[in-house]
Amino acid sequence: MNQSSSKGRKKFNPRQKDKSISINERISTFKEVPLGFTPEQAILEAERCLQCSRPRCVDGCPVMVPIKDFISLVKEGKFIEASLKIKEKNALPAVCGRVCPQEDQCEKACVLGKVAEPVAIGKLERFVADYEAVQGTKEEIKPPERLPYKVAVIGSGPAGLTCAAELAKSGVEVYIYEALHEPGGVLTYGIPEFRLPKNIVKREIDYIISLGVKILTNQAVGANISLNEIIRNYDAVFIGVGAGLPRMLNIEGENLNGVYTANEYLTRINLMKAYLFPEYDTPIKRGSEIVVIGGGNVALDAARTALRTGAKKVTLAYRRTESEMPARKEEIEHAKEEGIVFEFLVSPIRFIGKNNTLRAVEFQVMELSEPDESGRRKPVPVIGKTKLINADIAITAIGTVANPLITKNFKKLKTNSRGYIEVDDNMMTSLKGVFAGGDIVTGAATVILAMGAGKKAAQSILAYLKNK
Amino acid sequence: MFEILRKKQISPEGFLIRIKAPQVAQTARPGQFLILRVSETGERIPLTIVNWSRSRGYIDIAFQVVGKTTYLLSKLKEGDAIIDLIGPLGNPSKIERYGTVAFLAGGFGAAAVLPIARAMRKKGNRVLTVLGARSKNYLIFEKELKKTSDVLIITTDDGSKGIRGFVKDGLSEILNSEKIDIAYCIGPAVMMKFTSEETRKHSIPTIVSLNPIMVDGTGMCGSCRVEVGGKTYFACVDGPEFDAHLVNWDLLLSRLNYYKDEEKLAYESILKQR
Ligand SMILES: Cc1cc2nc3c(=O)[nH]c(=O)nc-3n(C[C@H](O)[C@H](O)[C@H](O)COP(=O)(O)OP(=O)(O)OC[C@H]3O[C@@H](n4cnc5c(N)ncnc54)[C@H](O)[C@@H]3O)c2cc1C
Ligand SMILES: Cc1cc2nc3c(=O)[nH]c(=O)nc-3n(C[C@H](O)[C@H](O)[C@H](O)COP(=O)(O)OP(=O)(O)OC[C@H]3O[C@@H](n4cnc5c(N)ncnc54)[C@H](O)[C@@H]3O)c2cc1C
Ligand code: SF4
Ligand code: SF4
Ligand code: FES
Repeated sequence: MNQSSSKGRKKFNPRQKDKSISINERISTFKEVPLGFTPEQAILEAERCLQCSRPRCVDGCPVMVPIKDFISLVKEGKFIEASLKIKEKNALPAVCGRVCPQEDQCEKACVLGKVAEPVAIGKLERFVADYEAVQGTKEEIKPPERLPYKVAVIGSGPAGLTCAAELAKSGVEVYIYEALHEPGGVLTYGIPEFRLPKNIVKREIDYIISLGVKILTNQAVGANISLNEIIRNYDAVFIGVGAGLPRMLNIEGENLNGVYTANEYLTRINLMKAYLFPEYDTPIKRGSEIVVIGGGNVALDAARTALRTGAKKVTLAYRRTESEMPARKEEIEHAKEEGIVFEFLVSPIRFIGKNNTLRAVEFQVMELSEPDESGRRKPVPVIGKTKLINADIAITAIGTVANPLITKNFKKLKTNSRGYIEVDDNMMTSLKGVFAGGDIVTGAATVILAMGAGKKAAQSILAYLKNK
Repeated sequence: MFEILRKKQISPEGFLIRIKAPQVAQTARPGQFLILRVSETGERIPLTIVNWSRSRGYIDIAFQVVGKTTYLLSKLKEGDAIIDLIGPLGNPSKIERYGTVAFLAGGFGAAAVLPIARAMRKKGNRVLTVLGARSKNYLIFEKELKKTSDVLIITTDDGSKGIRGFVKDGLSEILNSEKIDIAYCIGPAVMMKFTSEETRKHSIPTIVSLNPIMVDGTGMCGSCRVEVGGKTYFACVDGPEFDAHLVNWDLLLSRLNYYKDEEKLAYESILKQR
């Protein structure tokens, strides 16, 4: 593990690892899996940081968390101060510390990573944010000088929340319109409890509310309230409605009972708490053999969730191989430990049912072709070879598409051919004073990229308002 | 929070509730629905917006107690509040001058029919209505529909009022003397299935308002998917109205039954608690 010594340079201490709850507890409950650092571990880990004069880590963070500075505070045991330091740039540290793909972001850029394992920036971020929450903040939220502007933010996912927090901190009056009855976007309805506990999401949203942001729930813009009306009533608008529509396979049997989209499955479980049925009123079917189709984070979340509903066997069916899986490595490892069965190189062709209820899924067996010019090996069918997997529940997680609720009745808002909203360098859409960011602009991406977009848009909105 | 202003029992298991919801009242149109949740642990359920007053800021809903959520809703009193409510959702009905419009209402389908019939009448259509229920005291909105219709025919399964039989029998009665340009058929899925079989035989273009199980009601989850003309639609955003003669009824019926066991469990346990 300590790769540094083999390179014959300075010896670095190994990266700290936090504990996880036992596999048995994992698969029978929805408890969070990794336990996080202890204070001692946090200090040991912080001591690994080189305090670079040119800290590359920050370049890897879309919201530019002052990583070096907060880690220096951790080293001195000033955990609360460290948390407040992060919050200067990031309103959702406990969320990001848990779900950012750090291995592709801050930690990938960390200088220490060139010679040893990078600093565990995400785990440290999680630790100080949790520490602050438990110990309580001494932070006085000084109300900023009020600016005479009112801004509407549509959607309360990471993009909308970040944009709202930034604007509120600058003294703008902000109202968030959220379609569901709870704020948080994917953080609330998509990412499961065992990866991102909902009390943590709530805590971070409460912090944003404490900055003065008002959240109006049960407001689906484009359905029960028009974008026009919002534009009329506000000085500027930010649209962060995500890419929430499930992509369908359009194959035989897809509407059988037992075939769920990952969106429905995860929304029932996370937002509606169906895993606690009948204590909560929304039901979910508890299958014994569950097949999840897809290979990304969403598929992994659905599969691990399915396992926790008591399924005997959960199979994840992906049309390429493990090395092409877009999911985070950590998640794939967790899924394996928990006993999810992986079926690679299979692509669904038919859902087979009896009495309109699912019994099995038929797959086309695939193989990887020779690499094309781009070097990518595409999966191609092995003619005549199919495979049947028994299933009483199938969950499709093959991606999402843009939600047309806002754009379909508002043609002036320019979208690209795939329905995503087009923005300029300042995140402004084709409508003056209307900005957009997050998944509805980029297509499904990450929490931190959505936050980065929300933050950048907030800065553009401020500039726009001041020049208006 | 959405305050209950008035509550009235309208059938043995049916209630009409008036709710303060100025924003919803402001834009509600015939054919649209809302989704509400009665408690912190509650389910989101769709209900038609039956009536509204833009100036006084209220809306009316009418529902039949069939399970836990509608039971809890029926136990709320005037002055109590509903915690979450979003609407109007779904596409409004196309209100045009068709000529003669027939409304075929089964059971609580009358709640959805009423606002559409009113708007059609106002638009200058001749309105013929068949209102059916299992028995006399299950007929809802009879008075209101009588006022809105040029002809109102009542059917009851047990013959306690009007024609003994089903809505489709009432339809046959009308067809003796009238030419129908378009029919709206709304009620339980089985009733819509069989009644629209009748209108198909007579080549009457027919619209149904489908009632699949919904979660978000904004097109995000796909729980409400229905098959119409071999294509999949999300009823909450693409509907709820569809061409009756293209609907895959067996699929709708089986999807409505998918959670039967869970629904029964939830309902029985709440009845035991109370
Ligand atoms: C299951 C799952 C797991 C994921 N795991 C990770 C992970 O581990 N790490 C990571 O970085 N990313 C992950 N992602 C991706 C990440 O969650 C998204 O990229 C991010 O949430 C996008 O943020 P957003 O603010 O653009 O949109 P969203 O989070 O989608 O929020 C949009 C909000 O807008 C609301 N809305 C939609 N339409 C309207 C309307 N018309 N009016 C009002 N409100 C509306 C929605 O209800 C929602 O609350 C995951 C995604 C999913 C689905
Ligand atoms: C667009 C739309 C408009 C509707 N308008 C009305 C209305 O105005 N008045 C009214 O009384 N009902 C209406 N419904 C049906 C209503 O949503 C259900 O009765 C309600 O969800 C039942 O909830 P529950 O918890 O009480 O019963 P559950 O425990 O969920 O169900 C109990 C029984 O009701 C059936 N059921 C469940 N969901 C539905 C459903 N969506 N449609 C039909 N049957 C269902 C189940 O099969 C079961 O037999 C509408 C449905 C839709 C989709
Ligand atoms: S917000 Fe995410 S990318 Fe930025 S420092 Fe924290 S964990 Fe790294
Ligand atoms: S690049 Fe790595 S070692 Fe350098 S300051 Fe950032 S976290 Fe510390
Ligand atoms: S209810 Fe979720 S898409 Fe229609």
